[in-house]
Amino acid sequence: MVTVTINGQQYQVPEDVTILEACRMNNIDLPTFCYDDDLKLAGSCRMCVVESPGRPLLIAACVTPVFDGLTIETESPAVIRARKTILELLIARHKMECHVCEKNGDCRLQDYCYRYGVAESRFTDGGMLHFPIEDPNPFIERDYDKCIMCTRCVRACEEITVAQAIGVKDRGHHAQISTAFNGKLEDSPCVFCGQCVMVCPVGALTSKVSAAYHGRPSDVDKRVLTTCSYCGTGCTLELNVKDNKVVGVTSNRDENFSPVNKGALCVKGRFGWDFINSSDRLTTPLIKENGEFRPASWEEALNFAAQGLKKIKEEKGADSIAVFTSARITNEENYLAQKLARAALGTNNVDHCARL
Amino acid sequence: MAQEMHIVLKNRDKINPLDINDYLAAGGYQSLVKARGMAQEEVIEEVKNSGLRGRGGAGFNTGLKWSFSYNIKSDEKYVICNADEGEPGTYKDRIIFESDPHIVLEGMAICGHAIGSKKGYIYCRGEYPQVVDLLKKAISQAKEKGVLGDFDIEVRMGAGAYVCGEESALIESILGQRGEPRFKPPFPPVSGLNWKPSIVNNVETFANIPAIIHKGAQWFTGIGAKSYPGTKLLSLTGDVKNRVCIEVPTDTTIRDVIFHFGGGMRNNGQFKAVQIGGTSGGFIPESLLDTPIDFDSMRKIGATLGTGAVFVMDQSRDIVDVVTRISKFFEHESCGKCNPCREGVFRCHEIMKKINKGLATEEDLEKIQLLCLVMEQTCLCGCGQAAPSPILTTLKHFQEEYEQKLLPA
Ligand SMILES: Cc1cc2nc3c(=O)[nH]c(=O)nc-3n(C[C@H](O)[C@H](O)[C@H](O)COP(=O)(O)O)c2cc1C
Ligand code: SF4
Ligand code: SF4
Ligand code: SF4
Ligand code: FES
Repeated sequence: MVTVTINGQQYQVPEDVTILEACRMNNIDLPTFCYDDDLKLAGSCRMCVVESPGRPLLIAACVTPVFDGLTIETESPAVIRARKTILELLIARHKMECHVCEKNGDCRLQDYCYRYGVAESRFTDGGMLHFPIEDPNPFIERDYDKCIMCTRCVRACEEITVAQAIGVKDRGHHAQISTAFNGKLEDSPCVFCGQCVMVCPVGALTSKVSAAYHGRPSDVDKRVLTTCSYCGTGCTLELNVKDNKVVGVTSNRDENFSPVNKGALCVKGRFGWDFINSSDRLTTPLIKENGEFRPASWEEALNFAAQGLKKIKEEKGADSIAVFTSARITNEENYLAQKLARAALGTNNVDHCARL
Repeated sequence: MAQEMHIVLKNRDKINPLDINDYLAAGGYQSLVKARGMAQEEVIEEVKNSGLRGRGGAGFNTGLKWSFSYNIKSDEKYVICNADEGEPGTYKDRIIFESDPHIVLEGMAICGHAIGSKKGYIYCRGEYPQVVDLLKKAISQAKEKGVLGDFDIEVRMGAGAYVCGEESALIESILGQRGEPRFKPPFPPVSGLNWKPSIVNNVETFANIPAIIHKGAQWFTGIGAKSYPGTKLLSLTGDVKNRVCIEVPTDTTIRDVIFHFGGGMRNNGQFKAVQIGGTSGGFIPESLLDTPIDFDSMRKIGATLGTGAVFVMDQSRDIVDVVTRISKFFEHESCGKCNPCREGVFRCHEIMKKINKGLATEEDLEKIQLLCLVMEQTCLCGCGQAAPSPILTTLKHFQEEYEQKLLPA
């Protein structure tokens, strides 16, 4: 343990933590854009800067280790001046369309501008910058006129999904998040997992499936923590519910709530939920008669299937039946399916789609 | 009258740089032999005690830097020569290589022995293809002669990014990554190329090593300024008569540099200002010309020695216009990694253009000053931290030139 002085108060902290961690352990909040618990450090947004008396430069708390005797101020006039100026620089290039932004209410840029009372920017000489991008993919809206270049998306793509679909192109104020050769996501190694959307602290990356003004993540009625039904992995996700309708999926990155996936999802879990409210969705079993489907009760349908299987078994033998199960069901359900095949139907013809 | 003193350039115009035999005949590689006969700690102590400080701009004690890498156990360590020479107006590293490439190779090999490294890289400015060829020849001659022993040196070429002269961006560039600086700590001597201990030193720094090993630390400390001993190569440009590269003891004054070695102003011009250390250096007015050029004296007057570029301006020069051009350089060269630099240099350039066009007000001066102060304090690397220096120092020393261009209140 080492002793550090933060805002005039002494604290004992482990010697191998950063200044940011030391502050968080003691409930001292520092603003951060580029820092992410699960990603490699960047130290690039400079929002987390703190002042240490006697040092001419401010220190980026997220990448600087503590040491015994360290003294810092986290909201000194110099620190506040720096953060305000950085915020002014960022909003000078930001498409401020909060009223129609999916991230309204859940946006770091808004939060920090509010915290430091930054209403508008003085650094507007040179005008707005524009980073137009055409990307007609069905899942991810990329609007780099709202990007603050924190590179969390790049790191999430590389470190969580290991897709390396995106990186930074060009330099200086022309720098922009881009796929190789600035192409479409579809033509890149992108798997549309949406981890980039998950980590984006502002509205630069949002879900096209949730969009269209149906309920942005910050003003839904409730978030229902549940398990994704697409496969047996069992990822946790949150159904965003508004007016008793699912209007989006977000994920919970807290290990305690999301032990399997820590918030990471795949394209199906994150974007493939709009069938829930689809009018084409089957809500009862159907039985085909004379080439036409008609609705039936579960009991009738199950009896119908059982009769059919029984008949085949009697006429052609049990081995003329095969059971093929889906990766959408759990291991336990798969166990029951093979039990049904072997014990009830009497065949060893059992297989599973994940084996292909 | 002050005189040049040649330690680094001792063989300039005396030997054929393309013939290693010339270098050997002039006593070349004897220091390496001597160093290899010494314990590693001894070599490091000698360099440390000489007081040699990095000639690439930051002025860190070279021996101390080496000791950090030496002290770490690692299967691989690297010696990297920073020959990016990207600071506009600086051409002294090119002169060193073109005069005497082996003196640098020898310095690197001595460093290799001292820290326990078998692999060296020279990162050479992309605009110097002829130097790359020359270095490759020199290295192959040294290998043929066997003078480097098992120390290998490879040349890597930059691609024109100023920020790749910053040591950690340089390392990223060698690795084939985007040329962006890393946050520090860890510093390269602890964790650099391939995250292994790596010494990055400037060409001129390495070129001082053979003489220090040969003649000893004490000899070196007796030359020039106490806290920054030895000589410094300076590249003179601008409105000065002799636009040449000189090597002078570090206690030489700026006045002597310009009016003695530089031969005074060209075309009988009147001195107005000098910018030392490259584009990121501060502007110095007439009243401060008696300052010695050493690192600490320069720092005391709010300027920098930097790379030793000396850009002289006469009365015909429009300071605001010059600074506007300089701010364009930074706007172009920012790597874009950190917020205050990426956005800051762009807005600085825009505000400078506005001032230069006569469209600015007092408010704009306040605004640019605020932006510059924040950039100095918060930028991730030396590029963004130093970019405001020309603006801030001219606002201080040549304020009236700015005032004259403001819109009438
Ligand atoms: C933007 C930037 C550009 C730099 N360019 C160079 C360069 O071209 N050559 C150089 O030797 N050092 C350059 N440096 C300094 C290096 O980061 C590093 O401090 C130096 O190479 C260390 O060597 P030294 O201790 O021998 O000076 C630059 C630093 C910054 C911040
Ligand atoms: S959706 Fe997934 S794979 Fe595609 S860019 Fe985002 S993080 Fe990378
Ligand atoms: S798109 Fe979002 S996550 Fe990616 S760099 Fe921009 S602001 Fe950061
Ligand atoms: S200060 Fe400028 S050059 Fe350095 S890391 Fe930041 S953006 Fe890049
Ligand atoms: S959070 Fe520390 S630099 Fe971005």
